[in-house]
Amino acid sequence: MEKRVTFNERWLPYLLVAPQMIITLVFFFWPSGQAIWQSVLIEDAFGGNSKFVWFENFIALFEDPAYFDSVRVTLVFSALVATLGLALSLLLAVMADRIVRGASFYKMILVWPYAVAPAVAGVLWGFLFNPSVGTVSWLLAGLGINFNYVSNGNQALALIIIAAVWNQVSYNFLFFLAGLQSIPKSLIEAAAIDGAGPGRRFWDIAFPLLSPTGFFLLVVNIIYAFFGTFGVVSSLTQGGPGQATNILVYKVYNDGFRGQDLGGSSAQSVILMLVVILLTVVQFRFIERRVHY
Amino acid sequence: MVENRPFLTWLSHAVVLLGVVIIAFPIWMTFVASTHDQATMLRAPVPIWPGTHLFENYKEVILNGYGGRAGSVPFATTLFNSMVMAVGIVVGKLLISIIAAFAIVYFRFPLRLTCFWAIFVTLMLPVEVRIVPTFGVVASLGMVNSYAGLIVPLIASATATFLFRQFFLSVPDELAEAARVDGAAPMRFFVDILLPMSRTSIAALFVIQFIYGWNQYLWPLLITNQESFYTVVMTVSRQATVVDTVPAWNLIMAQAMLAMLPPVLVVAFMQRQFVRGLVETEK
Repeated sequence: MEKRVTFNERWLPYLLVAPQMIITLVFFFWPSGQAIWQSVLIEDAFGGNSKFVWFENFIALFEDPAYFDSVRVTLVFSALVATLGLALSLLLAVMADRIVRGASFYKMILVWPYAVAPAVAGVLWGFLFNPSVGTVSWLLAGLGINFNYVSNGNQALALIIIAAVWNQVSYNFLFFLAGLQSIPKSLIEAAAIDGAGPGRRFWDIAFPLLSPTGFFLLVVNIIYAFFGTFGVVSSLTQGGPGQATNILVYKVYNDGFRGQDLGGSSAQSVILMLVVILLTVVQFRFIERRVHY
Repeated sequence: MVENRPFLTWLSHAVVLLGVVIIAFPIWMTFVASTHDQATMLRAPVPIWPGTHLFENYKEVILNGYGGRAGSVPFATTLFNSMVMAVGIVVGKLLISIIAAFAIVYFRFPLRLTCFWAIFVTLMLPVEVRIVPTFGVVASLGMVNSYAGLIVPLIASATATFLFRQFFLSVPDELAEAARVDGAAPMRFFVDILLPMSRTSIAALFVIQFIYGWNQYLWPLLITNQESFYTVVMTVSRQATVVDTVPAWNLIMAQAMLAMLPPVLVVAFMQRQFVRGLVETEK
């Protein structure tokens, strides 16, 4: 889309885009370029010299079982965060959509978690499940379940999933609710007159009409689970115990800053960049299609 | 409502209420923990109703930080840093993106499309992905431990530019035409007509970007190593993860409450703008 009416100025437009372009070049293109460059270098142990090694960093990465562990954990984590997050928020949205009285109160509470930083969300859930004083772990102990996310890998993974889903539910909820409310009332009424019950109306009318929103949210949730959950992991488990919660985005940071393995970390960065670009392209292709609906 | 089904209405309330309780529970427990003394919070089961140490705890963290330990700074300083960072990011982003969008929409100039695509690709890569080299760049510019280092690298983002671009494209051409016929300079048109018209978009973006800025975690963690530049979110996370023989949960949780308060207030009081911003920035 283009404007028909424009202004004629020679230097002004450059002046106007300059601040954003400079910042983009310095803090986006330069570091991204460096990530790609460093991913084909190996720095020696004393940090002085670096040597061009083609794809050795990538090969080393693909031969490292720890990397595949991390990939596996990330996939399990993202799949569960996205499915649980979408299912729960859809349930809440469908129910909230039926409610007339008190709806705005419910909505106000349900959008809160969005405002809470993932790192703080991690702290809150870590407190609830704290092995010695946590309320929930105390309740679980009463049921005979020994919950200790500090030492049990599966429980640690479960906990970061819970915290991540909690943090993301508001976002999904708002989009589903907006989607439900934009379904024409006449459709629902016509179906009701034809004798379709609430369940039938949901599966045959609301659900298909929500599928574009659902697909959009799926991509957003996967991106969130891949990259947005760094704070949750960092506050709760730091990738542990062992490698049980070492998701890819945490591993990039851990290997680069703690392990000082710049080449390996950059190679991981480059792979993650490709993943984001792929996901973004999927998202945009889809949004373009949605416009023609 | 199409029909009256008392059972379904009842069920909806029950499900949503259960959801609300589960969603609110962590926040409630945080609040409760921040109102007791340290000893109470070390004995399981911890209370689920507020205690009497609310003012004491908050006064302690705001004035002295976390239990007067070595290197702890008053939480007031930390809150101030977060506020500077969040406001700086919001103002910076809005400012550079609204003028960039103005240039891209209302002018024809060589490299216009190049600029457009250069800004567009920044949508794709979150800071977390290119974190190591970005840190390297900022360090080589000498911006470690400074407000500029906290703010400037994060204002390079395309979302706001895109929202403004969308909005400008929807502004009727007649307005610009009239301004041109009347001999108004482009900047005059921008300030007197475009800017007032963009009010609602600015408000929506303000809410979203304020939350984004306030909740930054990884970036301040890397770019600051002096306590006087620490931000709220990273401080809370640090102290909760420090291996401590006797953690002062009451103080940690008082800080967590303070860390949540500003963004939650912004969302609660600007809910309309918040929802609008959320839906529009994701298009």
